[in-house]
Amino acid sequence: MEILVCVKRVPDTAENEIEVNRDGTDIERDDLVYSVNEWDNYAVEEAIQIRDKVGGSITIVTVGDKEDEEVVRREMAMGADNGLLLSDDVFNGSDGKGIAAALKAAVEKGSYDLILTGAQADDGAGQVGGMLAAMLDCPYASLVNLLEVIDDKKIKVGREIAGGNQEMNEIDLPCVLSIQTGINEPRYVGIRGIRKVASLEIPVYTAGDLGLAGDTVGESGARIKRLDYFVPDSGEGAEILEGSTDEIIDKLVELLKAKGGIK
Amino acid sequence: MAQQVFAYIIHKNGVVDDTALEMITAAGKLNTDASVIAVVAGSGSELDGVCKDVASSFTEVWKIDNEALVYINAEVIRSMLTRILPKEGIVLIPHEHFGMDLAPGLSVKLDAAYIADAVDFEGIEDGKLKAIREEYLGQVSTHVLCDISKGAVITIRPGSFKADESKSANGSIVDKTAEAMEGGIAGDARRFLEIVEAEVGDVDITKSDVLVSVGRGIEDEDNLEMAFDLAEAMGADVSCSRPIVDAKWLEKSRQVGTSGQTVKPKVYMALGISGAFQHLGGIKGAPFIVAINKNPKAPIFQAADVGIVDDILDFIPELTDRINEIKA
Repeated sequence: MEILVCVKRVPDTAENEIEVNRDGTDIERDDLVYSVNEWDNYAVEEAIQIRDKVGGSITIVTVGDKEDEEVVRREMAMGADNGLLLSDDVFNGSDGKGIAAALKAAVEKGSYDLILTGAQADDGAGQVGGMLAAMLDCPYASLVNLLEVIDDKKIKVGREIAGGNQEMNEIDLPCVLSIQTGINEPRYVGIRGIRKVASLEIPVYTAGDLGLAGDTVGESGARIKRLDYFVPDSGEGAEILEGSTDEIIDKLVELLKAKGGIK
Repeated sequence: MAQQVFAYIIHKNGVVDDTALEMITAAGKLNTDASVIAVVAGSGSELDGVCKDVASSFTEVWKIDNEALVYINAEVIRSMLTRILPKEGIVLIPHEHFGMDLAPGLSVKLDAAYIADAVDFEGIEDGKLKAIREEYLGQVSTHVLCDISKGAVITIRPGSFKADESKSANGSIVDKTAEAMEGGIAGDARRFLEIVEAEVGDVDITKSDVLVSVGRGIEDEDNLEMAFDLAEAMGADVSCSRPIVDAKWLEKSRQVGTSGQTVKPKVYMALGISGAFQHLGGIKGAPFIVAINKNPKAPIFQAADVGIVDDILDFIPELTDRINEIKA
């Protein structure tokens, strides 16, 4: 099975407090630790498990610049076979559709049975997979937390729906799936693995290579633009207990007793 | 002329989802004189009942009635909606598991702009809508400006817009089935099989009065013992947020959130939980929420009544000891 996994390099929210910069034009990017989007890691792990079971190869793709290449390499160190970087200044400022359009063009240069994305990334939109599927006219399922290959024409997928329930579907290939965390346990990538792929050549496609016109990607094609970043003034918020740990515990225990929190 | 606004209505077992009335409020913030057309898909008498309910708050209801929609597959309904919705309309869809399945692709098929997971609207100027979204799991918000002049699909975060119960309508129900079915049913490359119900765990957290809930801040599976010790001292049960279940440290039946359990305790201790909206969406009944987190900017502090900025790994054992002392 030929599998394409779309990944993104993002500020790691487990490692950083995300703060707004002084003038609200961006988040504070000094000293940010970047990593591959958490959801994408599960997608790559799933791809590896499928390939190891039924054969085939895995290609990792991202849209970005030289810095973004590191996440492609990292996922190759995890066990993916090939990498692909879609990079061009005209991609800057793309909205979800612009990114999906670039990915679509890359998909059409290859031949893939299965295309995976993470269920969401740093902006929380969860949009690119569904857009890509619609552009390719192939079926889509979001929030996938179970994947079984039935044969080379179809797969069975479970979707995470409300209340811990799971919706089971059969889907014809090729298809696009967005992968939810928890579907597997992504393997650890050691420094050794990273070294092994450090010198591999990762092909770069520009907008020209992909045959993309400026009005489908980039800022000129984007119908949605981010104006600013801010921290909402959400009114009260919690009463923060202060003092020494002992004092805080005194207050907390009183509150818990009053509210029925200590039986 | 004002753009036509549509609201895609989610319903289950004949009951209309709360988001239906929230979308009336959202639509009102788009354009004060917008009439909103509700779109309801399903099958048979259950659908008729739902349409009747919806028509009590929407002036116009579009009904799509087909056996293929007994369980609604986003692939099937997307092609139907593409046939009946005008290209330049504004389509509101709840941002939950079904909306996330349906909406991004629908925006492509309608050639409409897309806003995901909007939490508020701040008006339209020159065909551009200013909306508010959140990024980085709710740590920061953004204003986005979206050109909706050629149509838009917008998913709305459940619970963000206050339900508008003031509108009483005796709406007309328009059967759009024939138009929606023109050319037959598409989308059968994905076929619904069944719903696998959540496994019942050893503890039913939906019945607990007091919950000690742990998140990523617990850091290691071995540290869970601290949470269980505290819960025992308090007479509480242990629940958790999603990363703990993803790591397989606790069973899914203990997960609080939209994709897990909906709980309604009196007291909820959020320990090392950042407070993503999917987690908060599983907490109902306005409990007294205590948040303990070392990140003072964690969104959980906005939802909590009382907050403590500290590392839970240091704080929990001390709290447990104190409670045990008091009880002894």
